[in-house]
Amino acid sequence: MKIIILGAGQVGRTAAYQLSREQANSVTVVDTNDEILRDLQDRLDIRTVVGNAAHPTILEAAGGEDADMIVALTNSDEVNMMACQVAHTLFGTPTKIARIRAADYSLRHRLFEQGGLHVDVMISPEQLVTEHVSRLIRYPGALQVLDFADGRVRLIAMRALTGGQLVGHELRELRDHIPQRDARVAAIYRQGRSIQPEGDTVIEEGDEVFFVAARDDIRAMMKELRTEEDPVKRVIIAGAGNIGFRLARSLEEHNQVKLIERNPTRARKAAETLNRTLVLTGDAADEELLLEENIDDADVFVSLTNAEEANILSAMLAKRLGAHRAMALINRPAYAELMEGGTIDVAISPQTITISALLAYVRRGDVVRVHSLRRGAAEAIEAIVHGDSRSSPVVGRPVEKIGLPPGTTIGAVVRGNDVIMAHHDTVIEADDHVILFLTDRRHVEAVGKLFQAGARAG
Amino acid sequence: MNLTMVQRILGLMLMIFSLTMLPPIAVSFIYGDGHYQPFIDAFLIVLGLGLVLWLPVRRVRRDLRLRDGFLVVALFWFTLGLAGATPLLITDLPELSFTDAVFESVSGFSTTGATVIVGLDSLPKSILFYRQQIQWFGGMGIIVLAVALLPVLGIGGMSLYKAETPGPVKDQKLTPRITQTAKALWAVYALMTAACVTAYYLAGMSLFDAFAHAFSTMSTAGYSPYDASLGHFDSAAIDAVATFFMFISGASFALHFTVLRARDPRLYWREPEFLAYFWLIATIIAGATLYLWLHGEYDTLTQSLRYASFQVVSLHTGTGYTTAGFADWPGALPALLLLLTFIGGCAGSTTGGMKVIRWLLVFRQGLAELKRLVHPSAEIPVKLAGRSVPSHVIMGVAGFFAIYFVVFGVMMLLLMTFGLDQVTAWSAVASSLNNVGPGLGEVAAHFRDIPEPAKWVCIIAMLAGRLEIFTLVLLLTPEFWRK
Repeated sequence: MKIIILGAGQVGRTAAYQLSREQANSVTVVDTNDEILRDLQDRLDIRTVVGNAAHPTILEAAGGEDADMIVALTNSDEVNMMACQVAHTLFGTPTKIARIRAADYSLRHRLFEQGGLHVDVMISPEQLVTEHVSRLIRYPGALQVLDFADGRVRLIAMRALTGGQLVGHELRELRDHIPQRDARVAAIYRQGRSIQPEGDTVIEEGDEVFFVAARDDIRAMMKELRTEEDPVKRVIIAGAGNIGFRLARSLEEHNQVKLIERNPTRARKAAETLNRTLVLTGDAADEELLLEENIDDADVFVSLTNAEEANILSAMLAKRLGAHRAMALINRPAYAELMEGGTIDVAISPQTITISALLAYVRRGDVVRVHSLRRGAAEAIEAIVHGDSRSSPVVGRPVEKIGLPPGTTIGAVVRGNDVIMAHHDTVIEADDHVILFLTDRRHVEAVGKLFQAGARAG
Repeated sequence: MNLTMVQRILGLMLMIFSLTMLPPIAVSFIYGDGHYQPFIDAFLIVLGLGLVLWLPVRRVRRDLRLRDGFLVVALFWFTLGLAGATPLLITDLPELSFTDAVFESVSGFSTTGATVIVGLDSLPKSILFYRQQIQWFGGMGIIVLAVALLPVLGIGGMSLYKAETPGPVKDQKLTPRITQTAKALWAVYALMTAACVTAYYLAGMSLFDAFAHAFSTMSTAGYSPYDASLGHFDSAAIDAVATFFMFISGASFALHFTVLRARDPRLYWREPEFLAYFWLIATIIAGATLYLWLHGEYDTLTQSLRYASFQVVSLHTGTGYTTAGFADWPGALPALLLLLTFIGGCAGSTTGGMKVIRWLLVFRQGLAELKRLVHPSAEIPVKLAGRSVPSHVIMGVAGFFAIYFVVFGVMMLLLMTFGLDQVTAWSAVASSLNNVGPGLGEVAAHFRDIPEPAKWVCIIAMLAGRLEIFTLVLLLTPEFWRK
């Protein structure tokens, strides 16, 4: 697929990295900063073009004529929308994705309807991150909560701890533990290495377990892996920027939210718009302030400012002062890896979240959702099965007979309104949504081929 | 530094290279010269060598770093020079010493075209074909070819590509994927070679001669299967074909690709480097023609034009074909022609020399400095095609000039130490470093008679010139080897 990425910011760079890793894609990145591009081109097998991303000449130079997809990720909503419009009008680019931050644009759906702006997909990283964090808060103890099939199936990542009923037991005992419920362990990471989950695999303390379950079964399964935690009540958020503010607004209905912001004007503005949130002006790394606001009573402390180093430090401080769980927004993968599982409970990576939203459009076959995991090393995919038993290598076969690449598991199947946990004898049918987990994303293309075969004939 | 990965790639490349021993075997059978054994032996030796390097480390999978790229390229060109010499060393037609075989091989690969063989006309066709063929592979760059063929090189391919491709601005990729870019370049190169073969054939060459000369024309190398070079034919039509295709090969193949893709020849005129290249050559041809004519060297103006244009383009692009003995031309002409080789063709072409774009940038920077003397506080950016050139590029070019001339000076002094006279020494180094071929004085026709150590200096100069100095000099710096 020929892809043009506009804007070489954090997200643009990560997108370029992730997309160019797949042999099938050829990526061109456009940015106004020549130095960033030079550096990027040294490290990635991509082409770069310097210039204004919305200018037709620049888009043309970037190969706009025959591009299959344009992803506008510059820091300006207007440039992003304009670039999509130009690409549509001049080149008829099939897929146009734009990052649009301002809710004022993204909430006016008519803007993007027929006759309006030609943006096929809007991505708002702030919104995505906010949703991500609020899902994490809904399931205390989870490291990741990822939606499939409109949230009917979720993939949860969590660390197994003593107190969980399954810890120290073989996986096959799960059925006896929760007979009416069903969940499937898709992957286990022990000391950073993935081990293939089999019936006789024993879960150990400290394992990072990924499981797939229907929405209603999640809590039961979580209890298997660690002692149940009380639902979150008290949340302290550091940073009233785009994400912090949105998060506060989505949580304030059901939780007790405190929002700490250093900039008085911004704090004031947040206080005016929010109803039940307590907005505090001050430094989130100020020990006195945190103690005064009963940090030791907080269920969750989450720092979401623009400065990742500050996020890390304030989260560490909050954790030491007694916050039950500490999360921090961390851009750099290397930092996230350093921190997670140590002092900080969850590292939130905005790029991984945004990239996941993009990846679904790039994949071969009918892939509706992709979640990038473990800094892009693993991936969870929701793909639709097409064709019949002759045209597709998947349809009409039980899971164990499908030639999946190593490290790949089918976690669940969504058939119409039913959610079926995949077992070795579950037979795949046409139009099923299949949820797969790949511990090694290099097999993504092989998986894509499996599901594409039927799509072409069908 | 990741030496196992370097070793793996070297092994792979050697194995690929061994395949180039096969076409001469075919030629040998077609023309029945019975001279295929050296190539079969060489094929097996090089393939075996590649296998020995590759087998123990075949499972190593690591990304190539920038440094590894430089090392691979430099090492590979050295290995290539040696491996390419194998059949020349094995054969007894001609009987070559080790030094001479390596010289001949490196001279071919680096598209220099300086030969140590005299009596070419009587050699077997297969050997002659082999000499022509190595130039062709060296022209577009055997590593660029490897990048096109080996997707495993992937991202590391970019660093290889950058270390081998000439020109100061190497960031311009034609396509997003480096393998596609490399393929595109080779496709254009092969296409134009086919056109050149056809043109030579129509101009009256035999099929063998057409191929042989197309190989050395497109790579601007300059070997010919005849001692008299292109003068053997003494045909105005052939001279014209050669002049045209040498000129074409002196322009950027990336530009050719862009023009072919857009099917719009006007794009040539929008490229400042091409324009400068064109006008420079046109002016010098005009000057040389007039000079020759006024001097009475040739009888008519047309004849002066024919020899002048051929010889100017041949030297400027570093091909080094000769029809007229330009070394005996009057006045400043011989020195002028050899000085031209320092300019060379455009970046991204198959020519040697320092490339038009670098001279253009340095020249404009010089003008800017002059302007600044008059307006000390003026902002004077150096522009190319209406866009300002980043100062780091200009600094890079200035650094290149400095090192180029230091290397030139050192090598010239070395040659004089080995007993060459001044004219021979400077022209031999200019000719080797700029990948031209013929020089003046003792090396006007061939390099056979210079002392052995002097030949090795020339070998190094040819490699340094082909890799544009930096890649090779870099390996001599402690900075490169520091962990």
